[in-house]
This record gives sequence, structure tokens and C-alpha cells, in this order.
Amino acid sequence: MSRRRHSDDSDAGQPHKRRRTSEPSEIEERLESLICRVGEKSNSSLESNLEGLAGVLEADLPNYKSKILRILCTVARLLPEKLTVYTTLVGLLNARNYNFGGEFVEAMIRQLKECLKVNMYNEAVHLVRFLSDLVNCHVIAAPSMVAMFENFVGVTQEEDVPQVRCDWYMFAFLSSLPWVGKELYEKKDAEMDRLLSQTESYLKRRQKIHVPMLQVWTADKPHPQEEYLDCLWSQIQKLKKDRWQERHILRPYLAFDSVLCEALQHNLPPFTPPPHTEDSVYPMPRVIFRMFDYTDDPEGPVMPGSHSVERFVIEENLHCIIKSHWKERKTCAAQLLSYPGNNKIPLNYHIVEVIFAELFQLPSPPHIEVMYTTLLIELCKLQPGSLPQVLAQATEMLYMRLDTMNTTCVDRFINWFSHHLSNFQFRWSWEDWSDCLTQDLEKPKPKFVREVLEKCMRLSYHQRIIDIVPASFSVLSPANPVCIYKYGDESNRSLPGYTVALCLTIAIKNKASNDEIFSILKDVPNPNQDDDDGEGFTFNPLKIEVFVQTLLHLAAKSFSHSFSALAKFHEVFKTLAESDEGKLHVLRVVYEVWKNHPQMIAVLVDKMIRTQIVDCAAVANWIFSSELAHDFTRFYIWEILHSTIRKMNKHVLKIHKELEETKARLARQHKRRDSDDDDDDDDRSTDREDGPLEEQIERLQEKVESAQSEQKNLFLVIFQRFIMLLTEHLVRCETGGIDVFTPWYKSCIERLQQIFLQHHQIIQQYMVTLENLLFTAELDHHILAVFQQFCALQA
Amino acid sequence: CRVGLASAGPGSAAMSSGGTLSILRSDSYAELSQYRDQHFRGTRYDQERLLRKSCTLYVGNLSFYTTEEQIHELFGKSGDIKKVIMGLDKVKKTACGFCFVEYYARGDAENAMRYINGTRLDDRIIRTDWDAGFKEGRQYGRGRSGGQVRDEYRQDYDAGRGGYGKTVQCQ
Repeated sequence: MSRRRHSDDSDAGQPHKRRRTSEPSEIEERLESLICRVGEKSNSSLESNLEGLAGVLEADLPNYKSKILRILCTVARLLPEKLTVYTTLVGLLNARNYNFGGEFVEAMIRQLKECLKVNMYNEAVHLVRFLSDLVNCHVIAAPSMVAMFENFVGVTQEEDVPQVRCDWYMFAFLSSLPWVGKELYEKKDAEMDRLLSQTESYLKRRQKIHVPMLQVWTADKPHPQEEYLDCLWSQIQKLKKDRWQERHILRPYLAFDSVLCEALQHNLPPFTPPPHTEDSVYPMPRVIFRMFDYTDDPEGPVMPGSHSVERFVIEENLHCIIKSHWKERKTCAAQLLSYPGNNKIPLNYHIVEVIFAELFQLPSPPHIEVMYTTLLIELCKLQPGSLPQVLAQATEMLYMRLDTMNTTCVDRFINWFSHHLSNFQFRWSWEDWSDCLTQDLEKPKPKFVREVLEKCMRLSYHQRIIDIVPASFSVLSPANPVCIYKYGDESNRSLPGYTVALCLTIAIKNKASNDEIFSILKDVPNPNQDDDDGEGFTFNPLKIEVFVQTLLHLAAKSFSHSFSALAKFHEVFKTLAESDEGKLHVLRVVYEVWKNHPQMIAVLVDKMIRTQIVDCAAVANWIFSSELAHDFTRFYIWEILHSTIRKMNKHVLKIHKELEETKARLARQHKRRDSDDDDDDDDRSTDREDGPLEEQIERLQEKVESAQSEQKNLFLVIFQRFIMLLTEHLVRCETGGIDVFTPWYKSCIERLQQIFLQHHQIIQQYMVTLENLLFTAELDHHILAVFQQFCALQA
Repeated sequence: CRVGLASAGPGSAAMSSGGTLSILRSDSYAELSQYRDQHFRGTRYDQERLLRKSCTLYVGNLSFYTTEEQIHELFGKSGDIKKVIMGLDKVKKTACGFCFVEYYARGDAENAMRYINGTRLDDRIIRTDWDAGFKEGRQYGRGRSGGQVRDEYRQDYDAGRGGYGKTVQCQ
């Protein structure tokens, strides 16, 4: 076949498309591009660019008004980091065309209502802030903005509504004040004072039981981890004390004051907050992450204090930039570094703090963890002379504070640091951390270093890690990830099953079939002979031991070899692990063979779940079993458990989706039939048509119910085992008179919290069962507190 | 009531009154590259259709010593891996510096393209690209000597990839 040219091939099989020069959509693209790009680096000043753009848009209004309205509403919602640029633009347009200004305000209100209806609360905040800054641009009259805020604050008077609802309206009001506080106070000081005092009393009476669950550190030194509304309130109070003087926000509209103050203003229509419904899902409360203050960069510009409104604005904007550009790491890094005010604030410190704030956010980071690693690497590339040092300083600080850091956050720190190091030849001043060598290995610092070194090894190889750490760190170095085969040595020949193991080895090497394996295993005696349940099949731990040990040993060379082995002898596995005890024992043997290679254990468990050799509940029980107690606080165990829960969740979602799709197919079939023939009343034929689909739906319905029940059971098992383990510890401490707060206890209780937080949406379905069955009033208050904190998150 | 993560919720594209912005839609790391496998059986159109829904990535510029385990660890950071297939020298049947990584979900593969492509593994900047899907035979290098084509004609010395290129070695 001759080589066809690329252009020929691209038409083959494709419906023939001729590109029409569609003018309208091209113009729309151009308009969108013009609007989106204003404010970026340019040879002209921002003011002249805004002036020019306002002129262009004004000229296009007669033909493209609705498109321009839509684009402006969208940038208001999605580009909050450029808020004041666009409010200025709208201000200029309003000054030139009063009607347009009115239509824009109406469109914004419509958009706000829609956002609130579909639970898009973050974007709604941006819209509220935009509207409030429009007061500064003489587009909206201050009194009508105050009136809207009065309705917002009024939500705190509603009865029987979740606190998180009132929280949002309060946040929307307070977080707009850095932009518009001054103007509103100048025009309506009495009303504003009233609003602020109502705010103060709401904040005093709202409950904050949820806060400990969301804090990255449990200690208040050196920086308290404040609840987000408390922090914002302090910032606004300080702003008020400073007579609302705010100097950080860039306000392009100031340059246009003479033009704008001639403009006629619009009144916001009275805004009634949409009522609370069952479907309302409000944002979860947050804790503000702080790790730096002005003392950390003594040479550079002063970092705004934790209760300054500047700090709030900078952090908001940096978070918004990440939210806008998370998919484009180079753009994101460049945008972060070109945040205005570079020489007045220690920008690198703010950026690093904001990135770690997201990485450590509880319950989960806004974006996938690996994004932050790569973003930090891009930032290091763009600022090689300064950013790596700030990052090293941050790492050092995080290490120093490990003792009080939440276990989930430590996990993320381990993952980030090891992955980061692997991009920089693992260069680090390990000796600076020699203090951890003298501590008990279960303490947070040595534990952290151990886990980091293990992860570093996974990204390279064992000898590399031995080479990069000082000799003194060998006690923390990971084990050489070799397989432990109990029947390997001649000296073990007295072990029961040894000869069968030899037999198996030869058979497998000679490509034996599953049947041949079964017949070899038949000769293995059952140490549980007395527990014969008389149903024909008994759980024979020795059979499992011999088979699994031998097979895994033979397949030890790589993951692929092990996966092939699991696949080839799937039948044997299924039979041996048929009972619950069988499944548990398989997992135990896997652990015995591969305890030096946690990564291998994890991938084998994953494969065994996916091929249904073991089920999720078996994995949960195995993790809490006494055999694993020694490794219970190791990171890989929790990675396995959470991965297991995630697989269960995905499974339920998948079947549910299948069910919905089949129901939709049936509905379409009905619709087709109804619209087709009115005269064919043959019921039998319609039943016949529906039959298979209806059967399928019934089957899927059963599958969904059974999967959901398995899912619920998994969580119940996990919670039950946690309660047993923690209660045992608490009782032992109390009777022994020793302090409850051992490193093990801290780790364990935070792992319990982690289950709640990581899977909160699913667990919220089980609240009644949990309350009545497991987390009852008789439970020790230490354990009950975790449950109560979780309940408080959604109250 | 139910609480959601602060940034959860239906995508902005669902908003009927605004839609989204093309500058925010930009996802250059996850786009198809210019490369097309010349051995692909089928039309260019078929190939591109497969590339656009693929969950499989080609990974290149690996060291010959990089193991499946290392690849699993690194690429596992963007999601659950279904399979890793190591690229092999056709003659020696040893690793020759590339592999395929298949995910269960395309979104996870996209994140690998966004955040793992262009970063280091075994101290080497690795490159990922969409692959139309593994087929038996594609795990072998296509260079005349059995390795990858790029190692045939390479002039530089690369300790992680057998030293000098094959043509240079034969001189």
C-alpha cells in the first residue's frame, strides 16, 4: 500500500466538513479574547487598554449586546482574580450607556440566583463581590448594596436551618468588605454598624465543634489555625479600626473617577435569599492555614499580618489563580509569579503558603496532589535563585512541627517531599535532621523520615537510598524489598507442607494446570481437622500457606510476573479462599511473604480484590488483625485501606450508572412506541419488547442493592474495629494509670477521623445507623468526640 | 443537610447563563501531539479517534534500568493503573527504555499527561504521549539492532541507554 499523505488520511471516513467563515462566532471569539486578555502584560497602560476596550465594546453593543453581557457575566464568575479590572470596564460602559449598565446588573442577579439554586456557592461569592465592587465604579448605588447585605445577614435569623447556610451568607457579606467596606460605611454607617454587630453576635453563638477535625496542626504555636469566619471577622474588625483604609487591592477605577462619578447608578432589585431545601449542599467549613509570618523573611518586604485584610485578599487571589489555571502548570506558575505588588509583599512566601494550604487542606485538596508537586517544580524553574530556598525553609518548618501535624497531612507531606526529592537527585541535608535518630521510632519525626525514605526507594532502588543518607540514618532506612519464602532453605524441611511446596514448585515450573495443582494440594493435611464443618469444604490454612508462598516466590521477579501467576491460578485461589477465613489467610500469607516490600503487598491486594479472590471486608478485617498490629501505623496500610474503600465506592457508582442507563433505554423505548403506532394495542408484543429490559433493570436493581449493602457493611466493619481497638487502648491506659496520648493513639484516632473525612459523602447516608449502633452515648468520650465533630460539619 | 467540598459541584459549563471561557478550557498538556504511529493499522481518522478516548500512555526516555515497580509508583500518583507493559529489545528481550501505562479511567491518564510528563524518573526527564492501545508486538523496539529507533542513530553517550547509539558503536 502506498504511503498516503497525512492530509489525505485525515479526510478518510470523516463526514465531509467544509469550513464556513461563520462571522458571528468568530466575532464572539474575538470579543471573548479581547475581554479576557485585558489586564495582561502590555505595552500600554492598563487604563488606556480599558479605555480602548470600553470604546470597542460600546461600538459593538448594537449588534452583540447579548454576547457581551454573557461574556462579562462569565468573567465576573470565573476570573475573580481580575475582579477590579472588569468592574472598572463595566463602570466605563455604564457611564457611556446607562441601559447597558442596568441590563448587566439584572443579568448578574439572574446568574447569582442560578448559582445558588445549583449549589455553586464559590462562584456565587465571586458574583457578590463583583456586585459590591460595582458600587465603587458608580454602577450600583451603595444603599441598595447595603440592603442586599441586610438580607444576607438576615439569614442568620432563620430557624431550623443548617449553620453552614448562615455561614455562607455571612462569608459573602464579610468577604466583600475589603473591596467596598469604605464606600458603604461612608454612605450608610448606621446600617453598617448594625450589620457588623449582628455579625458579631452570630459569630459568638455559632458552634465550632468541627474545627479540630479540620486543623492541620493541633497546636496553636507558632500560628493559631483559625476557623475561617473567625479569621475573616478579625480581619474586618481591624480594617474598620483602620477606618477602612485598604491599600493592597489594585483599583483601576480610581484613575477614571472623573468619568465614573458622572455616571448614573442603578439600584439593586430587592434580593431574597433562596430558601433552604433538601437538595441544598453548602460549602464545608474551613480552617485557615498559616505557616509564615513577617519574621520568616527578615530581609525582604514585610509579610502582611494574619489579621490584616491584605493577607486575606492576597490569599484569595492566589487561590483563584490556581483554580483558573490548574490544568496548565506553566501558565499557573507564571500567573502566580506575576501577581501585582511583587516588591511590596514577599510573594514567594505567599505562594508557597497558599500551595501548602491547598495540599494540606482537610478533608481533601481542591486538586489532585501530584499537581502541587509539579507546580512547585515549575515555580522553582522560573525562580531558581529564590524559590527553592523558600521551599527548603518551608520543608524545615514543616519537619519541626511534625509532632502536632494531623496524620493525613503528614501522609501528604511524605508523598510530596519524596516525589519532589526524586526530581532533584534526592539532594537534602539529612544530617540537619539527626535529632530524630535519638527518638523512639514511633514518634512523628523518625516515622516521617522512615516513610519518606521508603517512598524515595520506591521511586528509585534500595542501594540508592543507602547511598544518599548518612550512615547514622541506617536505622531509618527501608528494608531491602526481597521476598521471604519459608520453604526456601533445606533447613526448613521439617516444616509441615515442605515437601508439597517442593512438588508444587516443580509442577508450576513445568506449566501445570489448575487441576494438577489441586491434586497436589489434596495431600496437604488440615491442622483444623476438628473444625470440619461437614459441608464438604473446609478451611485449610496449610493448603493456602503452601500454595500462596510457593506461587508468590516463583513469581517474585516483578509485578507482571505476580499478576500473571494470580491470573493463571485464579481457580485455585478462588477455591482456597472461598470462605471468609480463607480470604483472611490468603492475605496473611501474602503479608508474610512480602512484608519487606509494602508496594508489592498493595498491588497484590488490589489485584485480588479486582479479580474477586478476596473481598473488601476481608481486607478491612485483615488490616485490623493482630498479625498486622506491628505495621498498623505504617503509611502503606492506610493507602491499602483507602484504596479498598475507593474501589468499593467506584463499584457501587458503576452499577448504579448501568441501572440508570438501562432505565433510560426503557423510557426511550416507551416513548418511541407511544409516538409510533396508536392503533397497535397488542399488549403481548409490547410486553415482549419490554421484557428483556425490565428483567435487566430488576437484576441491576438487585445488584445495586447488594453492592450498597456490601459498601455499608464495609464501613461498619471498619468503624467497629476502630472502636474495639481504641477502647482497648483507653481501658488499658486508665487501669494502668498511663497517659492516653501515645504516638500510637494519636495516629489511630486521626486515622479514624480520616475515614470520616475522606468518605464523608457516603458516610452521611449512614448517620442514623452509626448513631444508634456504634457511636452511642456509652462510648468513651474520646472516641465519641470524633463522631460528634463529624456531625458538626454538616449541622 | 449535606455538605460539599468547597470546590465541588456541577462544572461551570453547566451554567446556562454563562458557559465557560476558552482561556480556562485550555488543556495543552492533555492534547494529542504531532506524533502518529506509522505502524498503526487503520486510517488516520481511526487512529485519532482511538487516541482521543485512550487510557493508555506511551512513556519514553526511560533508563534501561528503570523497573516496572518504579513506573507503577510514579504513574500511580495520577490514578489506579490497570497495566504496565515494559518495552523490550526485540533481540535481547531486555528493557530498552520505553513502556506503556494503561489506566482504568481516561481522566487519570490525562492527569499523568498534565503532571508526570516532563518530570523526572531515575533522574531522567521522561516523556508521555497518548497511545492508541497496546497490541501484541508493540512492546518491541523497532530499531534494526532490536532497541528503539532513536538509539540506532544517536550520537551522544547516554549511560542509561546502553552508551553510544548503535551506529556509533559499530564504527
